[in-house]
Amino acid sequence: MAALRSSSRLVNSLRGAVSPVWKRGFASVDPISSFSEATSKSAPVVPESKTSTIKEPAPEKDSKIKTFHIYRWNPDEPTQKPRMQSYTLDLNKTGPMMLDALIRIKNEVDPTLTFRRSCREGICGSCAMNIDGVNTLACLCRIPTDTKTASRIYPLPHTYVVKDLVPDLTQFYKQYRSIKPYLQRKTPPADGREYRQSKAERKKLDGLYECILCACCSTSCPSYWWNSEEYLGPAVLLQSYRWIADSRDEKKAERQDALNNSMSLYRCHTILNCSRTCPKGLNPALAIAEIKKSMAFT
Amino acid sequence: MRGGAARAVFRSPVAQVAPRRTAATQNMPDNAARDMLVKQRLNRPVSPHLGIYRPQITWYGSALNRITASILSGGFYIFGFSYLIAPLFGWDLSSQRLAKSFGSLPKSVKVGTKMLLAFPFTYHSLNGVRHLAWDLGYGFSNKAVMQTGWATVAASVASSLGLAFV
Repeated sequence: MAALRSSSRLVNSLRGAVSPVWKRGFASVDPISSFSEATSKSAPVVPESKTSTIKEPAPEKDSKIKTFHIYRWNPDEPTQKPRMQSYTLDLNKTGPMMLDALIRIKNEVDPTLTFRRSCREGICGSCAMNIDGVNTLACLCRIPTDTKTASRIYPLPHTYVVKDLVPDLTQFYKQYRSIKPYLQRKTPPADGREYRQSKAERKKLDGLYECILCACCSTSCPSYWWNSEEYLGPAVLLQSYRWIADSRDEKKAERQDALNNSMSLYRCHTILNCSRTCPKGLNPALAIAEIKKSMAFT
Repeated sequence: MRGGAARAVFRSPVAQVAPRRTAATQNMPDNAARDMLVKQRLNRPVSPHLGIYRPQITWYGSALNRITASILSGGFYIFGFSYLIAPLFGWDLSSQRLAKSFGSLPKSVKVGTKMLLAFPFTYHSLNGVRHLAWDLGYGFSNKAVMQTGWATVAASVASSLGLAFV
């Protein structure tokens, strides 16, 4: 193996400048030595004052240098604590959105920075993260032009971190699957062709169907932080209401029954962080209130 | 993996422009997948939450609602229980005695104590009205939540000050 490694280095050096994108590092996976980080408490983070700053290569005269403190944790070094890494960028050379800054850091400064992104226009929900203390989509979040204050970027709060800004959303998707997010019917359509809906019935789904399941709201909810194993959380409950409110669905009673326990739905204490943070401007808290109402007044 | 990385170096330039996808997926039974997830989570840190989320009237107000509830119910139970066991220890917790000892305190301490007891009561009561409205499905817009939240704080401070100076 060592021979392969050194020979590949030799070949690399012979071929001259290869774009760093095509170079691959040799990840070393050490045996697991620390289990203490798996508790519910968030793991301590090394503050940015104790780590180095990676600077914009050569600042220009009228450059607008902004500092970004970004949460870093590498699974290849599981014994190392998560840390805050500082980067500085010239805003004149950066696009307007936080995602532009992250992509620029990854492309030009530090290719090891890891985050999810896809559509860059707020429709896929991949780049959900905690920016300046609020959960939002990096692609819909403008970089504050005030260069005196630094921006802080964390992964979605109280999630297991896979790497850097990538959270483990397995539980979130499992909960989504548990509410059966599809049309359930036994009876065939009256005209034998399609399930019809009046305009008023269709209107009830406005503000519900637009949800992109980015998990910003669920991970902003303190109740979900403490009870994410059993409480479904705002995003999944909004989806649940989307099917309860659908006039074509015939399993409304079963759907309500599934929520009728102390944990699934009623861990919602109307804290309302969910509606405050939704990057799509939806109102999960209202949807949850409508579920509670529909269950109380039937 | 390492052999693959070394091999990649010898690929033709064309192959490098469109790198071959080497990621393979593998199906496993549900319980094996769960075990694997549990094992992974043992190593993964939990991302920061309370300490980094921006203070907002929504969750700070809700936390205050719960804290005031604990103070009110805790105080109620502590006093009720002490009253119950007072004869056993020879304590005098009768209203006359309490009023007399409270009356002998300096004015500032009196107002401060009343304020400390009145604020949890007024805040929790007024915030309870918001919760009743929410239970009926009213006042869920972000603007309404912020306005009623701060209005509740202002009204409860004002009314508890009023109660403290009675």
